[in-house]
Amino acid sequence: MSISIDRDRCIGCGKCHDVCPGTLIKKDEQGKAYIKYPRYCWGCTSCLKECPVYAIRFYLGADIGGKGVLMHTERHGDILDWIFEHPDGKVEKIPINTKESNRY
Amino acid sequence: MRTEYITTDILIIGGGTAGCYAAITASENSDKKILICEKADIRRSGCLAAGVNALNAYITEGRTPQDYADYCLKDADGIAREDLLLSISERLNDVTRRLEELGLVILKNENGRYVTRGNRNIKINGENIKPLLAGAAKRAENVTVIDHINIFDLDVKDNTVYGAYGFGIENDVFYVIRAAAVIIATGGAAGLYKPNNPGFSQHKMWYPPFNTGAGYAMGIMHGAEMTTFEMRFIALRCKNTIAPTGTLAQGVGAKQINILGDVYEQKYGISTSERVYGTVCENHEGRGPCFLQTRGITDEQDKSLLKAYLNMAPSQTLKWIESKRMPSEENVEIEGTEPYIVGGHTASGFWIDNDRQTTINGLFAAGDVAGGAPQKYVTGALAEGEIAALSTIAYCGKNSFHEADPGSVKEHFDELERHLSETVSPYRTEELEEAMQTIMDNYAGGIRSNYRYNSAGLDIADLRITELTELTEALHADDMQELMYIYELRERLIVCKSVIAHLKARKETRWHSFAENTDHPEKSEGFGRLFVNSVYENGRIKIILRRIDDREAVI
Ligand SMILES: Cc1cc2nc3c(=O)[nH]c(=O)nc-3n(C[C@H](O)[C@H](O)[C@H](O)COP(=O)(O)OP(=O)(O)OC[C@H]3O[C@@H](n4cnc5c(N)ncnc54)[C@H](O)[C@@H]3O)c2cc1C
Ligand code: SF4
Ligand code: SF4
Repeated sequence: MSISIDRDRCIGCGKCHDVCPGTLIKKDEQGKAYIKYPRYCWGCTSCLKECPVYAIRFYLGADIGGKGVLMHTERHGDILDWIFEHPDGKVEKIPINTKESNRY
Repeated sequence: MRTEYITTDILIIGGGTAGCYAAITASENSDKKILICEKADIRRSGCLAAGVNALNAYITEGRTPQDYADYCLKDADGIAREDLLLSISERLNDVTRRLEELGLVILKNENGRYVTRGNRNIKINGENIKPLLAGAAKRAENVTVIDHINIFDLDVKDNTVYGAYGFGIENDVFYVIRAAAVIIATGGAAGLYKPNNPGFSQHKMWYPPFNTGAGYAMGIMHGAEMTTFEMRFIALRCKNTIAPTGTLAQGVGAKQINILGDVYEQKYGISTSERVYGTVCENHEGRGPCFLQTRGITDEQDKSLLKAYLNMAPSQTLKWIESKRMPSEENVEIEGTEPYIVGGHTASGFWIDNDRQTTINGLFAAGDVAGGAPQKYVTGALAEGEIAALSTIAYCGKNSFHEADPGSVKEHFDELERHLSETVSPYRTEELEEAMQTIMDNYAGGIRSNYRYNSAGLDIADLRITELTELTEALHADDMQELMYIYELRERLIVCKSVIAHLKARKETRWHSFAENTDHPEKSEGFGRLFVNSVYENGRIKIILRRIDDREAVI
């Protein structure tokens, strides 16, 4: 499991780099973010939640059952949308109201 | 590399749960200068990065702090410090209220009371718990935060701490920090044993792979007394994603079943270690794989689970979405993780007094790095952060500053420079790390041996870990991040040595799986009255057995 960053979309703000608990994300010569240590990713999703242009995708490695679905988040006020892009183009969304508690 | 000197009153090493709360408390109760040094960024560092799903330690209505302490003592089968547990328990509800004031969402019933999950948990939306805590710490008066600084040694003289040494991960700076008192809050240690997913997803582990036992290692090397490293923590987790299972077990009442569909949990007992042990045994005896029985829950429950997991372990929700099989349709497979050393779940860590002072003067410990008090969890870590902060304020008044010793400063600087320029080693840090994990897995009770070990195997492990430690001397780092990896490996190796010595010293099997000693497969009455402690002296780990009732050393 790890992340990938869409280089074209990245605006180089550095927020993902700042929050990664393992400082795994670095900037390349053009100031764009890339994950330098993909195997060291813990899967915490902190970086995706920070990205202002939604350039970061999270995926499960094939070794733990990944089948190519890409996940990211988009924030709209109190709502945090979790978005899942299936390889066949289908998109699913789970909106979470951050002001509501979990039921379990 | 440039050298920078910083002076403060209270130095907090590790801006995680306990560290942030210690800073907030110290700020509110004194005018001391407080400095947090954090290897990542306090906004999302440590255990809370992804969020948590419940507050696991809370005194629910009709229960008392003594009840909570009794529960922890029972779960640890007597090997825990009642004094520490009580001082934590008494503060659990106050720190919870405080978290709510900071903005944490807690589920309430129609009477405005917190909704409980089981006897000791409350339900929250903990996705943003770390940014909330970090925000409060940053806003607090007199608090300075330095992110992306890795602390790699303490400055201890005549058994008193006067500061610490660190280096920047994103800048070429060597930091010499002077402090009147130090709170160590670096969390526990992951990555000692070969993990569940040793391939591409090697860091898909339960405990943060970035908590490498730095605090334990620094304390050990300066002769601090440590306790109960043999009570390893092995978590029962969802297969592959290593996501927590409590939400399934307590939230929707899912039982542990084997492949025949039999509920096996009652057969082995329901203490934390017995739940793991039962699963290990069922697998071993050919009745695995094992599952949490979620099949048949409602669609509504499915939806709530998807959301709950997004708030703490998003990989599990992704797994469900990706497989297109919801928990109502397919039971969730479970497995035991590799062993961790975590003072917030079991009792491993610094041996401390009730003020949270370690056996080194001026060095206080809080959270997962502190020993003696299992089942602290988030709120317990906050409580300890608070106690440690109040104690340091009192201590600061009594202590005086010491200038850094130029000889020691130079030694530390040269050591870093050596790794940055060294080119002789044929090995890379990650290769030695893998070797360490394999040794621990094979000989010190890892997943491979169903967590079992014996004295002969432990001796081999000890020898091999010592050899690996020697190899780290010549490791090369290209940059500061790689330098951090070298120090993380060294920290883990030091913790491994200590774990091995402790496993060997407790000549009994008190907690199945956590410490499954095949030379001594039964519980011993004598060891039931003893803490296994240790100090590092003259290059060796010396074991000290202490009586539980009066904490006096018997050898
Ligand atoms: C995945 C997960 C889920 C959990 N879920 C729950 C839950 O639902 N409910 C609950 O009550 N409890 C839960 N817990 C337990 C709880 O989160 C922890 O016990 C508690 O947060 C520990 O706090 P701490 O301050 O000791 O460690 P942390 O919060 O991890 O803080 C340690 C900090 O030290 C920093 N650090 C480490 N080494 C160095 C160094 N050398 N130099 C500088 N900084 C350093 C780290 O980056 C980190 O920020 C969970 C734990 C985990 C891992
Ligand atoms: S998911 Fe977490 S660990 Fe992985 S790159 Fe993003 S912030 Fe870092
Ligand atoms: S947060 Fe997004 S935009 Fe900013 S650097 Fe990272 S990937 Fe680029």
